[in-house]
Amino acid sequence: MNLEFSPEDNAFRQEIRTFIEENYPADVAGKNREELTKEQFLAWHQIIAKKGWSVPSWPTEYGGTGWSPTQKYIWSEENARADTIMPLPFATSMVGPVIYTFGSQEHKDRYLPGIVDGTTWWCQGFSEPGAGSDLAGLKTTAVRDGDEWVINGQKTWTTLGQFADMGFFLCRTNPDVKKQEGISFILIPMDTPGVEVRPIIMTDGGHEVNEVWLTDVRVPVDNLVGEENKGWTYAKFLLAHERTGIAGVARSKRGIERVREIAALEYDNGKPLIENPDFAEKVSQLEIDLTALEFSELRTIASLQKGKGPGPESSLLKIKGSEIQQRLTELTLEAVGNYAAPYFRGFPTDGDNVFPIGPEYAHQAMPNYLNMRKTTIYGGSNEIQRNIIAKAVLGL
Amino acid sequence: MDFSFTEEQNMIRDSLSRLIKDQYDWETRNKVITSESGWRPEMWAQFAELGLLMAPFSEEDGGLGGNAVDAMVVMEEFGKGLVIEPYMPSVVLGGGFLKHGGSAAQKENHLASLMGGEEIFAFAYGEPTSRFNLNDVSTTAKANGSSYVLNGHKCVVYGAPWATHLIVTARTSGDRFDTNGISVFIVDKSSQGITTRDYPTMDGFRASEVYFENVEVSGDNMIGEEGSALPLIEKVTDEGIAAICAEACGAMEIANADTVEYAKARKQFNVPISSFQVLQHRMVDMFIEHQQSISMTYQVTLRLDEDDVTRKKAASAAKVQIGKSGRFVGQAATQIHGGMGVTDELRLGHYFKRMTLIDSQFGNVDHHLRRYTNLAESADVLAAAE
Repeated sequence: MNLEFSPEDNAFRQEIRTFIEENYPADVAGKNREELTKEQFLAWHQIIAKKGWSVPSWPTEYGGTGWSPTQKYIWSEENARADTIMPLPFATSMVGPVIYTFGSQEHKDRYLPGIVDGTTWWCQGFSEPGAGSDLAGLKTTAVRDGDEWVINGQKTWTTLGQFADMGFFLCRTNPDVKKQEGISFILIPMDTPGVEVRPIIMTDGGHEVNEVWLTDVRVPVDNLVGEENKGWTYAKFLLAHERTGIAGVARSKRGIERVREIAALEYDNGKPLIENPDFAEKVSQLEIDLTALEFSELRTIASLQKGKGPGPESSLLKIKGSEIQQRLTELTLEAVGNYAAPYFRGFPTDGDNVFPIGPEYAHQAMPNYLNMRKTTIYGGSNEIQRNIIAKAVLGL
Repeated sequence: MDFSFTEEQNMIRDSLSRLIKDQYDWETRNKVITSESGWRPEMWAQFAELGLLMAPFSEEDGGLGGNAVDAMVVMEEFGKGLVIEPYMPSVVLGGGFLKHGGSAAQKENHLASLMGGEEIFAFAYGEPTSRFNLNDVSTTAKANGSSYVLNGHKCVVYGAPWATHLIVTARTSGDRFDTNGISVFIVDKSSQGITTRDYPTMDGFRASEVYFENVEVSGDNMIGEEGSALPLIEKVTDEGIAAICAEACGAMEIANADTVEYAKARKQFNVPISSFQVLQHRMVDMFIEHQQSISMTYQVTLRLDEDDVTRKKAASAAKVQIGKSGRFVGQAATQIHGGMGVTDELRLGHYFKRMTLIDSQFGNVDHHLRRYTNLAESADVLAAAE
């Protein structure tokens, strides 16, 4: 056993750090995700694509970097440290791997370059109003009509679908078999007639997710990925990919630094809040929990390095990772005290040079706290993750 | 011992509950909180007509002869309806200062119009760096002949945009953290030198940043003795705590009821999700938290008129309970609602936001746990010394 990074790893880290410092776009730095335009969302993706770094985990033949798991870890850690807007997972971590693993040569040629370059925006059409935790219960249908699929149904929780060029959808193509066995994985251009994206406003007031209504949407039969009725297999493959990145250790580490920074600026009885032992101990406890998660993730990475795939243990990373992310927002909310209350969207906008109400770092404290409640719900709720461990690990 | 309500209190509850049901439905409230003014003066007038604004005042003061229990009844119903009109700032806090500290003339000048709803009060005490510390006061009041001149910045003053008057804490002597040297003034909000920046809050209310620049206030408008207002501030703030604890209980009741209903109706894997034991137990815990919160709200409400240490401990204990329970109930309700829980489409999110911000209002869990600990120690030490 050995905790040291090799000299090569350290040199690699320095290279990444310098590259980010020198190339991260200034107009994106420090912005809230919600203020970003589509172009700004994709800016960093496009810059690292030119360097060949946009899809490190992919096989090299499709654009992967061939980095070791440790190097990939360093890559994500350095990006978290700089708080970069990373390539959206829907393209690079979800549909991309499905296409290069199960898609036809034509699919690979047509879609992979846009995913690697960050020029095509992909969104996900999985959940439905009646199919959340029970995803396989989905009802959207795709019926074959000559050379086309005719698709009808309603999807929901489609993250950032308002910007999407393409969507990957799970559709029922055989209603007469076991529910997992009649689902197909179909690609739909979002400008196809009959596709309608409607915003869902979240409790924080933001527009991050959407409903996608599909009414007699016609796409070529070739837009089916892999085999008909095998979509569930591809979806499970994709969700396992989603789950490994979901722990968010590097981002949470940065989050803890940020809480300490805020608590150093907030006053409690005239002293910095971070000197209040009650508060400081809560930050310490969270950091200790995060350290445990980090080492659990490192153990997973180490076994990946030895060629073992991520097992159901990745559910552990999702459970602890999401809980830690939520506690971070809870501590930030606590830290900002009274200035958690103002609703920054409602600030008076008379004139351009209006000074903000309360410190800037307080504006997002409450919205983030509300928004991050999603993390224990999405990607398979934490209740579902515990079921997975109960069944697959403990054999209960 | 008797935990039953008087006939008057039951009448207040029933008529208020009916009014909220008829005129405070979900869509209406959403329209109101996003409107220009953010509230309904005509609703305030109806509250006045129902006698709500005079309920917790003695007959001697011109009220209905009620007490903090009446305010508790009102605030619990407010919590159920997420009513945003300024009952707590004006009636509980403004009324509290006048009731406990006001001179005969001050009562004469303000109580009747407060109970009639014509005058509305907001409590301007917090400052950008004071956090939850009531004796961290940098706003100054300098004597100038028979009047005082106020300078300073009060932050996140709930209800201030709608207020006609502010109750302002200011330092007449001493250093920033001194417990002596703090005075309280009734200030007409239209006084020269006051500027405000009004904004909505995350929980649907309106608040202001209030700036005082050489605001002249007559010495007649000082409540109580110069420099010795802290005990009064603490007493009234504890009454505010009792009021928002009751409000939180009302909010928890709705959040829990909505969650149980949702869990029964929502089907996954061909069964209602309410059939899953892990969710059943969580809903049971939500129920327990709500019940414990009601108990602690009764506890503080019934101890508000006891000696200072007993009252302070009661208030801090209740605030700790409500802070923790509100957080648990809000988070669990959201989780059980799944994706729907994080959307603005259900009313649940608004209950969650209010329960969340109640925790930081008048001091959060950590603050009151520390206050309780300090009080418990001093009480024990005093008892041992006797």
